Amino acid sequence: MRATVAALVRKDLRLELRAFESLPAMLMFSVSTFVLFHFGLDRGSLAGDLAAGVLWVTLLLAAVLGMNRLFVAEREQGGFDGFLMAPVDRTALFVAKALLLFGFLVAVELVAIPAFVVLLLEPGPGQALPELLAVLVLADVGIAVVGTLVGALGVQTRARDLIVPLIALPLLVPVVIAAAEASTPLFEAGGADAFPWRWLLVLGLYDAVFGLLAYAVFDFLLEE
Amino acid sequence: MATTGQGDSAPAVALEGVGRAYGERVALREITFALPAGATVAVFGANGAGKTTLLRILAGLLRPHAGTARVLGAELPREAFRARGRIGLLGHEPMLYRDLTVRENLRFHARLHGVALARIEELVAQVGLAARADEPVRTLSRGMTQRAAICRAALHAPELLLLDEPLANLDPGGAAAVQPLIGRGAGPARVLISHDAEQGLAEADHVLGLRGGRQAIWAPVADVALAEVRRLYA
Repeated sequence: MRATVAALVRKDLRLELRAFESLPAMLMFSVSTFVLFHFGLDRGSLAGDLAAGVLWVTLLLAAVLGMNRLFVAEREQGGFDGFLMAPVDRTALFVAKALLLFGFLVAVELVAIPAFVVLLLEPGPGQALPELLAVLVLADVGIAVVGTLVGALGVQTRARDLIVPLIALPLLVPVVIAAAEASTPLFEAGGADAFPWRWLLVLGLYDAVFGLLAYAVFDFLLEE
Repeated sequence: MATTGQGDSAPAVALEGVGRAYGERVALREITFALPAGATVAVFGANGAGKTTLLRILAGLLRPHAGTARVLGAELPREAFRARGRIGLLGHEPMLYRDLTVRENLRFHARLHGVALARIEELVAQVGLAARADEPVRTLSRGMTQRAAICRAALHAPELLLLDEPLANLDPGGAAAVQPLIGRGAGPARVLISHDAEQGLAEADHVLGLRGGRQAIWAPVADVALAEVRRLYA
């Protein structure tokens, strides 16, 4: 399966580098949203729960843009048929697409988090950076797993742009709650000392449950 | 010697009362025929007669709603996994990523099918695409794209080729170049959809005629007159 996943990821990265369909849109969306919040909230800076809420809602909505495009090339250019006729484990497609979405989210965060810190956050994450990274990784895994599942479901429908957010956003509410709760103390002075580890556990459990669920049902989503 | 358990005379395709509907609309009904290994059936029928639906059922991409379908000894859809990787499909769409080059597309499919990458060079040279193989598919003419799609369909040396108008958009040189890959004598059994009755009959061992989703003709090619095929389009 590893070779199939590698072939799929390599192909998708090439397609993204040639067409630039997902990543620039996700980046532009997140940075412009932070700019809008900067001016719209009419506050010099944010901290605590408000900062955490703004960050996670923005990242989640940026992720939806990526989910919408995740399977479009497969659908519109016959990739599904070619893949379904190949003698490979179909779960490889799920793993490859989830890895791709996870990679897109990490790339977006590499730009969006510094932009968030500069435009909105006061104080900056400072010493709480390792804890923030742990929250980001676990939340990104959850978003990537659910996003891939919903992307595969949505691309089979004509109303893909509508269906994907309608299904993905409610399913990802627990991720936003847990990630925002875990991030809130990190965005306050000396927050790393009061880091709520239980929310990290919630994110880990969410990832495990939806990972297993996706593994079990993805094959059926590919059937007509 | 390895055997398939089906014997050498096992048909490549065996359909018994196969039917398929899209909602209320019945696209195929009561299709029954057996195609011997290595033989070619030419499928004729007007637009909407069910030809593409038949091809997609045989490819394992659509489930039959009635009857039983066996392809390369595998009952569909229950044993479809046994037929995967042994069927080559050349449909309306080239099934190639437009932003990838021909070579990148073929490498991707070669990796999915566990085919040596050297085979790609053989194929692109065979169909006269070697000089254009590093260009994105979206920049190629329809004829060149069709040659690339034929390479993709034949890449893994399938035992069954499902061909929907395979020579569409090809110039005479291109049509001749792809013959060793998908033409008569290429080796695999073939299900060949064609609107060119004369050409289809020349390529076939058997004829399947579809009218409104029903089987109007199933006979050896020697028993079918050209006029009978043309009546399917009347």
